[in-house]
Amino acid sequence: MLRILHQIFRTGVVTEPLPVEVEAEVVEIGAQLEDAIRRKFHRSLTIREVDAGSCNGCELEIHAMNNAVYNCERFGINFTASPRFADMLLVTGPVSVNMEIALKRTYMATPSPKIVVAVGDCACDGGIFGESYASLGKISNVIPVDAHIPGCPPTPADLLLGILKVIGD
Amino acid sequence: MSTLREKMTAQFGTAAGPVEGLFPADVPLFHVPRVQFSEAAWVMKEAGARLVAEWASDETLLGRGFGIYACYNRETEFLMVKSDTPADDPVFPTIKRKFVAAFRFERQMRSLMGVIPAGHPDPRPWIKHEDWPEDAWPLRKTFDPATRMPRVKGSYKWIRAEGEGVYEIPVGPVHAGIIEPGHFRFQAVGEEVLNLEARLGYVHKGIEKRFESLSWEDGARLAGRVSGDTTVAHAIGYCRAVEALSGSSPPARGLWLRAIMLERERIANHLGDIAAICNDVAFAFLFFQFNILKEHLVRTNHRLFRHRFMMDRVVPGGMAVDLDPAGVQEMHRELDRFAKEFERLVRIYDDNPSLEDRVRETGILSAEQARDLGMVGIVARASGQPLDCRIQAPFPPYDRFPPRMVVLNSCDVHARAWLRIEEIRDSIRLLLEMLGSLPQGEVRVPFIPPQPERCGISMVEGWRGEIVYWVQSGAAGEINRCMVRDPSSLNWLGLEQAIHGNIVPDFPVCNKSFNQSYSGHDL
Ligand code: SF4
Repeated sequence: MLRILHQIFRTGVVTEPLPVEVEAEVVEIGAQLEDAIRRKFHRSLTIREVDAGSCNGCELEIHAMNNAVYNCERFGINFTASPRFADMLLVTGPVSVNMEIALKRTYMATPSPKIVVAVGDCACDGGIFGESYASLGKISNVIPVDAHIPGCPPTPADLLLGILKVIGD
Repeated sequence: MSTLREKMTAQFGTAAGPVEGLFPADVPLFHVPRVQFSEAAWVMKEAGARLVAEWASDETLLGRGFGIYACYNRETEFLMVKSDTPADDPVFPTIKRKFVAAFRFERQMRSLMGVIPAGHPDPRPWIKHEDWPEDAWPLRKTFDPATRMPRVKGSYKWIRAEGEGVYEIPVGPVHAGIIEPGHFRFQAVGEEVLNLEARLGYVHKGIEKRFESLSWEDGARLAGRVSGDTTVAHAIGYCRAVEALSGSSPPARGLWLRAIMLERERIANHLGDIAAICNDVAFAFLFFQFNILKEHLVRTNHRLFRHRFMMDRVVPGGMAVDLDPAGVQEMHRELDRFAKEFERLVRIYDDNPSLEDRVRETGILSAEQARDLGMVGIVARASGQPLDCRIQAPFPPYDRFPPRMVVLNSCDVHARAWLRIEEIRDSIRLLLEMLGSLPQGEVRVPFIPPQPERCGISMVEGWRGEIVYWVQSGAAGEINRCMVRDPSSLNWLGLEQAIHGNIVPDFPVCNKSFNQSYSGHDL
């Protein structure tokens, strides 16, 4: 136990301001954002992540958003297990043929109004997998998409900024 | 003890092989008539070999029918067996009775290539779902990759358990957490799991077919996206197979840097897994702590290699980036800090009885099961199997810096977690040694496109385990076939067995201790 406490004090708070280039923009939209989350989402934005066929690289970065360094919860962002509680769907990957139905069902199960964000190059335009017998390509080929966050994979900072921008609009 | 090669020659005569002109030469290929395909499997089984992979290649554009291949391994020896089947009669004898691992390989071959394993007991499709037309065989040359797959009616028969109090829990494909999709069916009584059956294939995006329309260089980018968390190992696997068949060999510095990235990838993923195991037994403190270490590591990757996961840094012919002296120094400093911090956390992990209570004797996969199922990588080593292809099939610089073979025998979640801890320690040592002896010079040679009709194979130990690539060039020197075998193709079978008799709430932690890739499996 003492070791744990010692380590906690040694570590301190590691949550960082976002990287400089991102931070500036965040500050800029910060006020709007707080207002937006408070007004539209009662202080918390709840996200359901859906892997519609990704290589799992995008998932690594979505996970990283939750680590102590990025700590997305400080912005009121949290992830839910059920689409029924979600305000936003973060969808990764090209949509595989085998995930098409599950993705549509998840979309249907999410209460309106809902925001769909396509995460990663694959989700935005099909990426290297493109369209084929097994891949339906970009997310908007299957469900309506409100915003795109490109990158392969987009970094946690890209993701935060992307999400903040969508809800700030 | 005679070698596998000698056993094959004794059984089938010198006419069967080894066939000349294949790469690398130390993985011989034996060509046997198709009726003897299962006999060859028997010879291998008797010799104590394991089945590494089984696959088919459409060789109709090369003037033949379908090639049926199997790769076997015992200790440091790898060997391939091939049989031909005519295009209009694509049947071969199953080897499932000799090797359990062939169970899914052959279902996959039938589903995607339309070659029939005669005598295989399970005709259900694998990877291809039941709502695909049965005669749509995407890996055949006659199949246009742009085909829109029509949905047909079909159903999938699950294994059922019956009796008083038996109930079923279906899970997925969309899971609770931020993870990849797959479907699991638990049959349980009270809290105890009687049976688990997984059905995968949800993230099948036609990777193997896609390779065939790419250039050799772009193939490396695709290989790096077979399973994003293993991008370095997969890219190395692909590049090594392609370099073997084209005869190019990257300069020493390029090889060293590849290995350095491979070890960094191992550490980062092991950290994430240990963190996730802690999280699943409700020890949030270590979850956050290990993940902080991981974040720092990938940031250094970004500074030194300009990508957090080092995607697209490995290219045919070598490396796309170099490391300057300042970068070498930075990595030294980083590792020094990292090692100290890591050991502090390990002490806390080791000290905590409530954690130990959850991970010990949970999710046991016995040594016997691991061997019979053909497990590889961490899962195999945590169940007493000494398999690590950095040692069994070493490529430079691993021949100069042999990794320590860590093998544990408690076969449980604890073993799989502790193994990762030990491997992180060893990877730190390897990194320091490699950094200390980094050769000077170029990191890349111009890549020579392969000659027509060649094959190359490679084995690389990614952080999950052995990754196998087999590539074949076509009549015009293009990619005719690229077979990918991620460790997940084998190890998912192990999870199903390890969960028997455990309680349902322990499934997440068992699953994390395996942490297999869906994308790498589904391709
Ligand atoms: S965008 Fe890149 S990291 Fe994300 S799923 Fe596609 S290939 Fe993987």
